[in-house]
Amino acid sequence: MSTSANQPGTPVKMMPSSAAPKKPAAPVQKEDAMWLQKEMINRNYDELATAHETGRKVAATFVPGNLNELVMCFDFARSLPETNALQNGMRKKSGKMIMDAERDGHSEDVCTYVKADLGMMLGGEIGPTGQKLPTPDLLLLSYTGCFTFMKWFELIRQKYNCETVMLHTPYQGDGKISQNMRDYVVKQLKQAVIPALERVSGVKFDIDRLRQYMKESAKAEDDLVKVLQSAKNRPSPIDGYFGAVYYIGPMFTAFRGTPEATQYYDVLRQEIERRVAEKKGPITPEGEMAEEKYRLVVEGPPNWTNFRDFWKMFYDEGAVVVASTYAKVGGVYDFGFRHDPEHPLESLADYCLGCYTNMNFPQRIDMICKYMDQYQADGLLINSIKSCNSFSAGQLLMLREIEKRTGKPAAFIESDLVDPRYFSSANIKNRLESYFQMIKQKRSVAAGAAAVH
Amino acid sequence: MRCFIGIDLGSTTTKAVVIDEQQQVIGRGITNSRSNYDTAAKIAQQEALVNARFHLFRLSLSKTKVLNGGLESFLEQLERDFRLEQFLVQLADLKATCERNAEGSRFGDAAKAVSSALDEVFKRLRGEAAGLFAAGAKRRSDFFRDIAGSRYLAIGEQVAKESGMRYDMLLNVFDRSIIEVENRVYGDSIKPNLLAALKRTYAALPATRKKEQVINSPIQSVLDTALDETYTVGTGYGRARLPFSKEHIRSEILCHGLGAHMMHSGTATVLDIGGQDTKAIQVDKNGIVESFQMNDRCAAGCGRYLGYIADEMNMGLHELGPMAMKSTKTIKINSTCTVFAGAELRDRLSLGDKREDIMAGLHRAIILRAMSILARSGGIRNEFTFTGGVAKNEAAVKALKDLVRENYGALTLNINPDSIYTGALGGATFAWRAVLEEGKTAEAR
Amino acid sequence: MSQQIAGTPSGVGAIVARCEQLFEDLHFNAVKQWKAAAPGRKAIGFMPIYVPREIVHAAGMLPVGIFGGGDQMEVIQGDAYYQSYICRIPRSTLEMGLTGRLDCLDGMLFPSICDVIRNLSGMWQILFKDKYVRYIDVPQNYLDSVGGEFYIHEMQELRDDLGKLAGKAITDDALRASIAVYNDNRRAVQDLYAYRARKPWQAPTSEVYLVIRAGMVLPPEEHTGLIREYLISCEKENRPKRDNARVVLTGSFCEQPPLGLIKSIEMAGCYVVDDDFGLVHRWLLDEVPATGDPLQELSKAFLHRSNQQASKYDEKKEDKGKLLVHSVKFYGAEGVIFAAPSFCDPALLERPMLQDVLARQKIPYTAFKFAENTGQMAPIREQAGTFADSIKLWSAA
Repeated sequence: MSTSANQPGTPVKMMPSSAAPKKPAAPVQKEDAMWLQKEMINRNYDELATAHETGRKVAATFVPGNLNELVMCFDFARSLPETNALQNGMRKKSGKMIMDAERDGHSEDVCTYVKADLGMMLGGEIGPTGQKLPTPDLLLLSYTGCFTFMKWFELIRQKYNCETVMLHTPYQGDGKISQNMRDYVVKQLKQAVIPALERVSGVKFDIDRLRQYMKESAKAEDDLVKVLQSAKNRPSPIDGYFGAVYYIGPMFTAFRGTPEATQYYDVLRQEIERRVAEKKGPITPEGEMAEEKYRLVVEGPPNWTNFRDFWKMFYDEGAVVVASTYAKVGGVYDFGFRHDPEHPLESLADYCLGCYTNMNFPQRIDMICKYMDQYQADGLLINSIKSCNSFSAGQLLMLREIEKRTGKPAAFIESDLVDPRYFSSANIKNRLESYFQMIKQKRSVAAGAAAVH
Repeated sequence: MRCFIGIDLGSTTTKAVVIDEQQQVIGRGITNSRSNYDTAAKIAQQEALVNARFHLFRLSLSKTKVLNGGLESFLEQLERDFRLEQFLVQLADLKATCERNAEGSRFGDAAKAVSSALDEVFKRLRGEAAGLFAAGAKRRSDFFRDIAGSRYLAIGEQVAKESGMRYDMLLNVFDRSIIEVENRVYGDSIKPNLLAALKRTYAALPATRKKEQVINSPIQSVLDTALDETYTVGTGYGRARLPFSKEHIRSEILCHGLGAHMMHSGTATVLDIGGQDTKAIQVDKNGIVESFQMNDRCAAGCGRYLGYIADEMNMGLHELGPMAMKSTKTIKINSTCTVFAGAELRDRLSLGDKREDIMAGLHRAIILRAMSILARSGGIRNEFTFTGGVAKNEAAVKALKDLVRENYGALTLNINPDSIYTGALGGATFAWRAVLEEGKTAEAR
Repeated sequence: MSQQIAGTPSGVGAIVARCEQLFEDLHFNAVKQWKAAAPGRKAIGFMPIYVPREIVHAAGMLPVGIFGGGDQMEVIQGDAYYQSYICRIPRSTLEMGLTGRLDCLDGMLFPSICDVIRNLSGMWQILFKDKYVRYIDVPQNYLDSVGGEFYIHEMQELRDDLGKLAGKAITDDALRASIAVYNDNRRAVQDLYAYRARKPWQAPTSEVYLVIRAGMVLPPEEHTGLIREYLISCEKENRPKRDNARVVLTGSFCEQPPLGLIKSIEMAGCYVVDDDFGLVHRWLLDEVPATGDPLQELSKAFLHRSNQQASKYDEKKEDKGKLLVHSVKFYGAEGVIFAAPSFCDPALLERPMLQDVLARQKIPYTAFKFAENTGQMAPIREQAGTFADSIKLWSAA
């Protein structure tokens, strides 16, 4: 990405989608788009590592309620501590970081994203790619759908004295976005967030620049929705959870609003459309999934420390996730919301207010029931994450309600985001197998009953 | 005849059940799970098949009416004699193995002493064997490892003392040898052992000897009947390690649900509290699982918790229930956390609470956890079947009865004396269904 | 504890006994009696930490603080809804709801304290469809024109809703009158805290706590009277003064420790001179003018003159722990005890920051976790006792 003031998102040269990945003899199979997004993320780490040398300021913010278009208007390099933690988790580095933070006085009870981040800082701020991450110049505390976010940045501020600006996104307690809530967010943007961004960056706010980025966002969002909704096909050409993690990467992090993200989603959409036409199943790390036996909706974030093993428990059994709530954590686009260049600040507000974890329980249950129906799922699986009360508190009621409303079986497993101590492979596998067999058995009973009539 | 076998590989014991074409249970077998799951499965199955032979003996002998009135005592004697024969075969193997291992050890000057000590130990072991299996004799366990182990240690210590040698050398030899021996399957010796046992039985019950011909003929015909392993289904925590193809494996939840249905056909809700986990299962009228919940990652309230408590109190696990039954006062125990159990216990004792009252409180606390898991799975429906090791604990059963009545009113609670075989029975039934309903044939791995 | 039952039965003993009875009554008979006393009366439950009770009161309703189920209630159904890594208060609260103990409430308010209570608001909407349920979002932006406006709107919605529920709109005058009632109550609570800090041996925390908890189920006017009465009869007592360490207890603003735990801390040699137990009574730090625009005044008080606590954002780094340090100095404490519920995100995430502030101020502290049904007190007694001893050693040195 270029660092020029007006064009932070110079398009990169994209690989033709048919070309083989650059990596020689890849041991793991990925779609081309997966390699692309990996490159984008690595490039962002490069950019962060050199930001201060190249005179750029660094802003850190969270995935839900991530105001990437706005932050880009001020030429910030963008760091997302949640992504850092998950990348460290996937690279098996988070365990030590968490324990370091606990030794430094943090409770074993609290969120391991926070502890992985603080542990990383204690360890000299060496990021997932091995490069040193800069201390942020601004913490943009987009307080959206997660209580812990507030403490997280207060903790960083306490230690590193970073300037912090709060954007409080009120919760959809009544299951709707009221004008009062929207006004409140817009006013904060105008009176608190934008002035802070201007002050720290020294760049004057230009609303037309914001509109330009938002145009890009909307295009990319269209394509992302098409990709995610491709899972309505049988067989589904994608995995809407494990695979979707790669698809949502650029959109939910430092790339939404950049032309390269738009291009990424265009490539991805074409790739997936081809798979649909060819009636192909999803690509797994061990190749294309042969037979789609079970279609699931998943609620809750994935586990990152054992991501591959976890995924394998699904594709080995022929289970594909057709829709997941986690793929909406950085923005719910599949019910029509798009960033709107005509109403930039209002649409940023609606974006924040509409994030999945900012929705109330009846809304979340409705959404999952819709997914179960629209994606013709066989059942619901809840992966309950110890760290994440925003997701997890009350999931057992969701399970019961959704079972009741859809008549489809639901199952419950537990793990954590990045704490390897909290992933019990045998336990999870046991439950998943029981669950799959239960679906199968119910299906054969139903088929038997149908045959009788 | 066609046999359908279910094997439940648990964390401490492996169980097998054999059913016939009429879905009647004809044999049950149990053994301790070892490091080698294949062996545990084979031995459990073999035990079940032996048990099936006895069942068939009973059937055909009772038809002939030859032992009129004396059938049960005859069969009991035969089984004891069979166990003795089996024990002697294994003991001989253990001796040979010990000798081999002793030779291979660097006992140096002591080698000779070890060798003669071994001779002496096994001589005495053989000598007392018949007594171990005599009528009315009490054994703490039926597993070879346990019986031979405890006796070897006791006799070994004595012999070592008498001969002035180091006991730990004998111990060392045993430790290395028992693993080998318990991982061997003595499949070929079943028939000879039974025939040898028969001889012993006639000697023990001279009155039957004169009917020898009439008795032998149905027994021989049972022995000549091949028990075909038509289809086997494996389940349990170690099921992934069983030497079966995927088609032959079912999750323990499904097997448990179906097994409970087979034992009590009115079962709608099943609660299983085992050592490692607690399961609540809802089944339909055909025994098909509709939903299930297990304890979450926190193992609070599982059977293991009682194990900790027993350790903490310096008591045997089986003594906890009877002690709790003596309680006269309700004490509320809030923590079912195994980590805190000891601390809370000591706290209570230091406050002067009585052990039996604390025990009663603990049992209620465990059942409270189970009640939550049951509520999570959809509540308790009639009939309610309780299985697993904890179902044998009278205090736990009492607490469960109380809480079910308080929360769900009167309903039927089934506790089957053979509940340890629930999962294996479910597996056997799945095997039966695979062949008779789905027309499947056995598949190699 | 001996001093709790000391004194004449008609004095402190009787007051405390009454409070204890209210505290232990998980069927909320006091609320039922209040409702039965006049036709059409309604009661609205609220959870910690803070809701503007003035609005509920002005609607002619009784605000009822729901602070969990304590250590005497068996939780079955509540546990069915929560994983082992979630704190206890939502479990016991659900249990109370599902077992009909909260049937006397016509509605429930869930303040924005953490994700667990936030989600509980939606669960309540699903499980108790015939009840009024509202999530109370309080602003984390403290500008009158931004957070203030938002908050006034939120309060206005609550006011409209409750007006509808009551069958008549809530007037400004009614609100002003309620503000005055709560000003009175707040003064009484402040007096109670000041008295305890002055003479902690006369007003032990195990009693003060019960007096505070009584305010969760009694009408504020009656509660104010009760506090005044307690203070008067307390002063008449002649209780032995002990050589205890003076501590501020913090972290228990939501799920409450069992009474036995509070007693254990005192028995171990600590005088609790400040705490955050029933923070709703002391959330606003001073008088709310009972003359101006009532919602505006409530908003201003919240934005500019309210308590500091983990679920409220601190705008500047320098603000962190300010009130805690102030409380230590103001009440003459010698140390701080962090007593946080297990799995309490706000308290446990805040703790390292507060500890950092205290360390820089050279204020000693110790920390432990509890649950509302914690059964074992010995470790806590030991820890609090060691802490008290070490404080004495430091001050002697």
